[in-house]
Amino acid sequence: MTFGALMFYVFAFVAVASAVMVISARNPVYSVMFLISTFIATSGLFILMGAEYLAMVLVVVYVGAVAVLFLFVVMMLDVDFVELKQGFWQFAPIGGVVATIIVVELILVVAAWAFPDDASIARAHPIPTAAQTGANPDAPNNIEALGLVLYTDYVHYFQIAGLILLIAMIGAIVLTFRTREGVRRQDPASQVARRQIDSIELKQVKSGQGI
Amino acid sequence: MTLLADLGALLPEIALVIGAVALLTYGVFQGEESRDDLVSILCVGLLLGAVALVASTGGAAAAAFDGAFRIDAFSQFSKAIIFGAAAFAILMSADASPTGALKRFEYPVLIVLASVGMSLMVSANDLIALYMSIETQSLALYVLAAFNRDSRRSTEAGLKYFVLGALSSGLLLYGASLVYGFAGSTSFPAIAAVATGPAASPGLVVGLVFVICGLAFKVSAAPFHMWTPDVYEGAPTPVTAFFAAAPKVAAMALFARALVGAFPEAVADWRPVIAMIAVASMAVGSVSAIVQTNIKRLLAYSSIGHMGFALVGLAAGTEDGVAGVLIYMSIYVVMTVGSFACVLMMRRQGGRTENISDLSGLATTDKGLALILGVLLFSLAGVPPTGGFFGKLFVFAAAVETGMIWLAVVGVLMSAIAAFYYLRIVKIIWFDDAAPAFLREGGARLGLIASLAAALMLPGLLFLIAPLQAAANTAAASLF
Repeated sequence: MTFGALMFYVFAFVAVASAVMVISARNPVYSVMFLISTFIATSGLFILMGAEYLAMVLVVVYVGAVAVLFLFVVMMLDVDFVELKQGFWQFAPIGGVVATIIVVELILVVAAWAFPDDASIARAHPIPTAAQTGANPDAPNNIEALGLVLYTDYVHYFQIAGLILLIAMIGAIVLTFRTREGVRRQDPASQVARRQIDSIELKQVKSGQGI
Repeated sequence: MTLLADLGALLPEIALVIGAVALLTYGVFQGEESRDDLVSILCVGLLLGAVALVASTGGAAAAAFDGAFRIDAFSQFSKAIIFGAAAFAILMSADASPTGALKRFEYPVLIVLASVGMSLMVSANDLIALYMSIETQSLALYVLAAFNRDSRRSTEAGLKYFVLGALSSGLLLYGASLVYGFAGSTSFPAIAAVATGPAASPGLVVGLVFVICGLAFKVSAAPFHMWTPDVYEGAPTPVTAFFAAAPKVAAMALFARALVGAFPEAVADWRPVIAMIAVASMAVGSVSAIVQTNIKRLLAYSSIGHMGFALVGLAAGTEDGVAGVLIYMSIYVVMTVGSFACVLMMRRQGGRTENISDLSGLATTDKGLALILGVLLFSLAGVPPTGGFFGKLFVFAAAVETGMIWLAVVGVLMSAIAAFYYLRIVKIIWFDDAAPAFLREGGARLGLIASLAAALMLPGLLFLIAPLQAAANTAAASLF
């Protein structure tokens, strides 16, 4: 067993075990932690496949941003997860029946699955060899390969994705942004233009009396 | 094909996006105080301009971006209806928002952006394009449902729509990944080349069924209809009027293109599924609507039923069937826009009323509105000389032609049950004791839209049905 194969089984085991813990942990904070561990193990698998850019994106975007956001939400919102899980046993029978039907269907699907030859080779060798990944110095690296199709063949989808993000931004602003009343903003011009006469009023106060 | 030629095929969409972004910028610089109708009016102009752009291509078929985006007579027909329906939705909203909650400039801009998503949907010829265009449209619709953010019901409707929409996207993606896995391509023509014969591959069929489930969510066909009544009731009424019209056309057109474009040879596999969904929708739409007391909920169930009738045409899977779907959807859009214009005119001192009992004795207090609503309800029920009858006629005829006489019989039975609750409202309007009159001020535009829809349904369609049928036939032919 080579070092690469050993690492594959380590990462694969960690990824699956952590994924199971995500849904079975009682404390939601632990769930998020296991989610992060799943992401990191998966990014390890990506590196073994030679997809180093995807691995980095997974760590930077999912661990760095998404999981941390989850953590914030879980810690800051006072959600009672025990209460959320209360209906579980009530709906378990129906859910169980549906799940069984779908699992049986999927087994039928997998049974009929005809693997192409490339896939069989990949199955026999989980870690691609240098020849398979095209490890020659002239080949475009991950990012170049992605860029070559992203802005040419997939430009349509790229633009639609941009539109979706624009709509999401408008939506977030429409639904949450409120102009607050009574906020005192700095206005340098009026501050400079302020004169003593406008702001100070002299009063003659007799001794022993208030104003 | 060069990029420039590709972009030419997308001209209406590009024009709409640029226009929407320009209006958004204008609105931001105008600030919150600008509550004038300028942005709304310009958005209506944009959408009507897009209809003209779409019409100017004359239905010539072209594909762009490696076949991911396809324009043909089918897409142009659907786009014209979608943009038209969106324009009417904006026109109706401008009149119908006494509290000013919908007067913010983002509202018409979001409707325009949703229309762009719908237009991408009807042109999608690839699984990735299908999914991304659906998300573009849905995201804008979620925001619109929750637009009246100070209202508890509106935000609840938006959240419900969002969560169930995400679930349906999950189903759709799951199915799409199975289809991709078994077909080896996301492009519809490439899938069609693999999906041959009745039992091409069980994986492909399971994937197809999941895709159908996801799309059925979007057209709100039973058993994926649960969100519809709640969202329709909770969302601001002008938004509901938009939801009930344009997105349904887009989703139905996408449904037809996905099934006929990607699985033409596997029609024996998907026909029973669509027929089942059609029967379930017709049953839910007809039976559940009887007990409703809220007119928006009633129209929601009515729209579920109508989707069932339209799906009868799709179940036929023939050119006539798809033409029937297009005719049905165009007539449905006109009826829906008209009846929501009537609902928006149900205003009393202190706000809008939504109960069916408020219509009681409308004939004595407002004969015009009663007459218009009467015509529209007869049309929704599918009573012979009205437009609704022709829609049903074509889809049932297509079903009979392919030998599915049982489906047509069930359809006729269901429309008889549905006729009961439509005619019950007609009875309430004409024969019950009069309730206080509705306010008349400020509803001129709504009245005009409602009477236009009614005029199209009763005398108008007798003359228009021949050209509509010709256009729908050309459109359907371009799909096969």
